[in-house]
Amino acid sequence: MTYEFLQHYWCFIVSLLGAILVFLLFVQGANSVARSLGQTEEGRRLVYNSTGRKWEFTFTTLVTFGGAFFASFPLFYSTSFGGAYWLWMIILFTFVLQAVSYEFQNKIGNILGPKTFQFFLTLNGIVGPLLLGGAVATFFEGSNFIVEKNNLIDIEALTPIISRWANASHGLDALLNPWVLVLGFAVVFLARVLGILYVMNNVNDEDIRSRGSVRLIGAAVPFVILFVAYLVHLLLKDGYAYNDEGFIYMEPYKYLTNFLDMWYLLVILLIGVVLVLIGIGKTIMSKNYIGGIWPAGIGTVLTVLALLLCSAWNNTAYYPSTADLQSSLTIQNSCSSEFTLTTMFYVSLLVPFVLAYIIYAWRAIDKKKLDKEEIKSDHAY
Amino acid sequence: MINNLFLNIDAGTIDWSRAQFALTAIYHWLFVPLTLGLAVIMGIAETYYYRTKDEFWKETAQFWQKLFGVNFAMGVATGLILEFEFGTNWSNYSWFVGDIFGAPLAVEGIVAFFMESTFVAVMYFGWKKVSPGFHLASTWLTGLGATISAWWILVANAWMQYPVGCEFNPDTMRNEMVSFAEVALSPFAVSKFCHTVTSAWIIGAIFCVGVCCWYLMKKRHTKLAIESMRIGAWVGLVAALLAAATGHKSGMDVAEVQPMKLAAMEALYNGGTEQGLTAIAWVNPFCQPDYQNEEAAPLKIDIPYGLSIMATNDPKGFVPGINDILNGYTRPDGTVEPSIDEKIERGKKAIQALAGYRQAKFASSDNGEIAAAHLKVLQENMQYFGYGYIKDKNDIVPFIPVNFWAFRIMVGLGCLFILFFAAILFALWKKDVTTLPKWHYWVAILLIPLGYIGSECGWLVAEFGRQPWTIQDMLPTWAAVSDLDSGSVALTFFLFLILFSTMLAVEINILLKQIKKGPSL
Repeated sequence: MTYEFLQHYWCFIVSLLGAILVFLLFVQGANSVARSLGQTEEGRRLVYNSTGRKWEFTFTTLVTFGGAFFASFPLFYSTSFGGAYWLWMIILFTFVLQAVSYEFQNKIGNILGPKTFQFFLTLNGIVGPLLLGGAVATFFEGSNFIVEKNNLIDIEALTPIISRWANASHGLDALLNPWVLVLGFAVVFLARVLGILYVMNNVNDEDIRSRGSVRLIGAAVPFVILFVAYLVHLLLKDGYAYNDEGFIYMEPYKYLTNFLDMWYLLVILLIGVVLVLIGIGKTIMSKNYIGGIWPAGIGTVLTVLALLLCSAWNNTAYYPSTADLQSSLTIQNSCSSEFTLTTMFYVSLLVPFVLAYIIYAWRAIDKKKLDKEEIKSDHAY
Repeated sequence: MINNLFLNIDAGTIDWSRAQFALTAIYHWLFVPLTLGLAVIMGIAETYYYRTKDEFWKETAQFWQKLFGVNFAMGVATGLILEFEFGTNWSNYSWFVGDIFGAPLAVEGIVAFFMESTFVAVMYFGWKKVSPGFHLASTWLTGLGATISAWWILVANAWMQYPVGCEFNPDTMRNEMVSFAEVALSPFAVSKFCHTVTSAWIIGAIFCVGVCCWYLMKKRHTKLAIESMRIGAWVGLVAALLAAATGHKSGMDVAEVQPMKLAAMEALYNGGTEQGLTAIAWVNPFCQPDYQNEEAAPLKIDIPYGLSIMATNDPKGFVPGINDILNGYTRPDGTVEPSIDEKIERGKKAIQALAGYRQAKFASSDNGEIAAAHLKVLQENMQYFGYGYIKDKNDIVPFIPVNFWAFRIMVGLGCLFILFFAAILFALWKKDVTTLPKWHYWVAILLIPLGYIGSECGWLVAEFGRQPWTIQDMLPTWAAVSDLDSGSVALTFFLFLILFSTMLAVEINILLKQIKKGPSL
């Protein structure tokens, strides 16, 4: 295994985790439409109990995504998290609210009342996907930071910090870029689409399923419009490229070129988009079809994976700096050492085993669809 | 340099960043030990059910699992914040040692978190959906996942106390891992894991026994109370004895690699051989003592030879004091530990050599020989690199009162818990525990907060004692922070304070109501 292979391999693993995380945002998406999907208290509880059995996967994937990014590309961890402070803090804040909301909302002794925690779930359902989508957009649009490693040898400085954000907003400035918002809202509506498809599949309730088909149109239309708009923008925009010496420069149509150079990513992207559209279309057209989450979910993973890899492979700076082009992060200049990447490569071989027991346990839990009887049991949320 | 234009760091940023991390860690450690401790208790209860098929044990297991669930989510939530705070608040740290430090966090996610989150769902929702054996396995795997998670996070923490298995790379300007085995199996990590996890079991046991005593006092759910109390007391006694043994090993580790921390824990200003362990002394809890001029803390009463035995396993062992470490000392084997001033000088020399090396290496002309000369100086002084960022030798003395009192509270409560669990087991063996005087039950109930205080004190010793280092001898806090203004960090500190405190209040209230409601027997 060469160092270059390991850099690409870890970029793939982190991108895959990111893609799975976007798919698992169905939890957030369903929570954001819980009030309209389940119009009665019982209906809302069905939705929350359905997503409540999966929220830990989203959470765990987020944590693992962070850990894997830290281990493989520590300069990104250092630059983005320390720089875009407010962006990440708001994301984390809403995820903390989500984590406790399931367990606390309907317990006796909940002094804040169930509606408070249902509001937290809705808040996380909108803000989480919006800002995570926005964060993904910065991989293409750039961020306002500077990296200067020589600061570490400035012993006269009060704090010899190497990564600095070049404005005082600490990440919130990204939301002033309309294309960041376009992708952010595309992810919000994608999460809703996936959430509705998931609940329709997981909950055995005719009212929710029939309402789900209608709500699906309301989420799918803005998603498709926003996603297509961003995809066209991406393919036409200039991108951040680097040469063999690591010199970073702007290249016209870089992302379009990437998809043409890496045709297999284009195929993955197209298959992914088609699968998402099949999942949506078949569910809307067929009254009895409830399996849309499967093609749409797989399609989401493939689409996001292709986009993330397009942002980093083929000599592309995956975390570009708009303040100082040469500070942009590439998989070469921001990765861990060869030893660490190799060690982590062997650890990553455990992933299929982990996936196998997750699927096994998940199937065992979901083999009977959730219904009104089940939420009367003692441990329902 | 261009980015100095954007320099907005002030000393407040460092303090607020420390405060925020401490706040998150302290809250996290309110929830995690109960998760780890209750995992054992509910696992044992369900194992009884699996073996006997007695519905009583099923209800008992479900009762403890219900309390486990209320607590579990907060542990998960605060843990998420902790992981990301390394990036958000300690960005320089994340680059400088991310090559080593990131690996345990990633392994934790892949190996432990998924196990925990997968099987906790089966544990709660699988009673009627999976076989009893699968369910029992899921219950234990939930606890095992939490314990493996503790292992990896303690590997990471132990590495901050005792950085091993790494080398500094002057080309990338960071430390890089050279031995994963040394990092993952560091003796410091092994001691830390054993001591921390056993202390967590103590909290689970105290909580269990306290709840049972409340039922006995109220004369409700008597059978569940007695049987759970038996489990809790056995788990607690074994854990407390193991915590004492592993605590001794931890003390020896600290003496070897963090002598300043040990000196602060003991308020040992001037060391030597045949050192006594301070049983009690007057150390003002609110201000740093005048260690440079005082011979010893006032009103000091020693346990003869105690400290030498704790630190070296030898009653005549040498233990350096704070002034010895500041001024340099000679060990009994004749080796010399340099003074802090000398370490600072050598640290500065290392940093200057690094600057020279990079200038020569990345200059357009071929300066290979000059770069090699600088590299040689860097390597000779690399051991003291972190000291180059220290302005004053007294900056490396941690705040003594916190270390001194936290250590005493931890050890004192640990001894109390051994007696407590032994007394409970004696009472279960010899007496009818349903008819004890009321104050007996109250003692057990009131010990619950003391369990948390003892455990948090352990963390205070571990983390305050390492100050000012984020990584011992390698990177002080002010060289590890992010480029943030103190107002931003102060704001997030208070946001998290309000959030965590509110959620803690809700959790405690829910737990109390669940306990009052009791199992559905």
